[in-house]
Amino acid sequence: MSRLLIEASTPLCLLQDAGRFGVRHLGVTQGGALDWVSMSWANWLLGNSLDAAVVEITLGGFTLVAQDDCCLALAGADLGAQLDGQPLAPWRAFSLKQGQRLQFTQPLLGARAYLAAPGGFAANKVLGSCATVVREELGGLDGFGRALAKGAELSYLRPAVELRELPREQIPDFKLKLPLEVVLGAQIGEFSGQSLFDAFNSVWTVDSRADRMGIRLQGPALQYQGQPMISEGIPLGAIQVPPDGQPIVLLNDRQTIGGYPRLGALTPLALARLAQCLPGMQVRLTPVVQETAHQQQVEYLRRFA
Amino acid sequence: MKPRIEVVAVDCLMVRLFEVITEDNMPWMLAATERLRAGFGRHLIDLVPSYTTLMVHYDLSALTPSQARELIAEALTDLAANPQARGQCHVLPVWYDLSVGPELNLLSQRSGLTVDQVIRRHSEREYQVFALGFAPGFAFMGLVEEALAAPRLSTPRKRVAAGSVGIAERQTAAYPVVSPGGWNLIGRTPSKLFDRERDGYSLMQPGDTVRFEAINHAEFIRLGGDDTPQENLA
Repeated sequence: MSRLLIEASTPLCLLQDAGRFGVRHLGVTQGGALDWVSMSWANWLLGNSLDAAVVEITLGGFTLVAQDDCCLALAGADLGAQLDGQPLAPWRAFSLKQGQRLQFTQPLLGARAYLAAPGGFAANKVLGSCATVVREELGGLDGFGRALAKGAELSYLRPAVELRELPREQIPDFKLKLPLEVVLGAQIGEFSGQSLFDAFNSVWTVDSRADRMGIRLQGPALQYQGQPMISEGIPLGAIQVPPDGQPIVLLNDRQTIGGYPRLGALTPLALARLAQCLPGMQVRLTPVVQETAHQQQVEYLRRFA
Repeated sequence: MKPRIEVVAVDCLMVRLFEVITEDNMPWMLAATERLRAGFGRHLIDLVPSYTTLMVHYDLSALTPSQARELIAEALTDLAANPQARGQCHVLPVWYDLSVGPELNLLSQRSGLTVDQVIRRHSEREYQVFALGFAPGFAFMGLVEEALAAPRLSTPRKRVAAGSVGIAERQTAAYPVVSPGGWNLIGRTPSKLFDRERDGYSLMQPGDTVRFEAINHAEFIRLGGDDTPQENLA
């Protein structure tokens, strides 16, 4: 077993995996890494299953000290990581000698970094997953949904068997300003013509009111003209429009059902990109049909093969 | 019965069975749930029922959107309500008291009924679990009779005690854990509503039926209830 002591942490540093499935009919949210692409690459770098438990570090403020010689992988945002004071770029597997200190300082590019360990970090699964959902008191190191705290110890059980290198062309470019693809939903026709134009031709600003449940987008108010809705299941990435007209993209820790009308839902690849956006950044939305989005997703998943 | 299938996300389809909320929906919803679970088998990731809809989240590496649509259409062919398809019937003990149910007075004033009558009317009906949501194990139940219906509080409470039983419009529910909430509180149940050690985790499942049974303070404490007054949680 290899261990790492948490020397500094924040409420935004959480143990995550791909999420909790098969229990949403009980009101249990999905949870899981917000940027599933970076989480998957972090695991891929170590030859793990793509959904093995990782640490999601949002914005920084996280420090680990290796208690044994360790091997880890880092993907996602560049949070100014340093290994004993030396800069450590993401998208690679690396080793730490006993006593070495790994520190995440501040966001330089992107918002969320993912740290993986051989075979995944050790934690008991709760309802099939170790995804931390603070609100539901589920998952995490203790099983009761607490964030990773100073003084706690991360560990993994199996030695590193395979260290991979990620080809440069596979590294997601967080600087690219690609529009976020939206699979159009059933209520799309109930928005005013002007609102539909605005939705896909405006620049939207990522609001500071953003957490793991949802990210609010600031821009022109969208007007829903349909009947009030009866609550129904909410998919990951749903763009719901409350009465104030400011859309909210619903993320992994969203409630399972809800009654606000929706434009549609972001594709998984768009969600991964949005998860790396800091408040104040600007995004655009673009419509995509379900079949095309499906094809894109299946093709992207082949990259991890 | 001709369910509509709507696109909701790259790997999710909404099956819309009804347009309004009634108790008569439930035998159909349960029959459809059973058929969809069988039809999708291991390719089903989650099936999220709500009052009038079932959201099907399937494995997109196994099924294309059109294959998923076909599976739904096939599963729901000649769908018939199964009147035998009832979930479990639960009796939920409730200590109805102003200290844990501060809106008992409000409901009494609104309805012109005495507090005792409000309690009796709430506890003499059998309710259906329409959906779970908001929090793990939080069951939306109904319908309470018109006289007891009341809008949500204009300012939700920051902390509602675990076990609190409330009314919002014509629905009733119990809070599994301490959480924010805007329902009109009328009492508290000592029953554990969500338990990670229990088979099925949630005491109440979609389609179950529930009756509330008034108990006194001594019985509430004997059953493990926490009688901390709601006002102490503010």
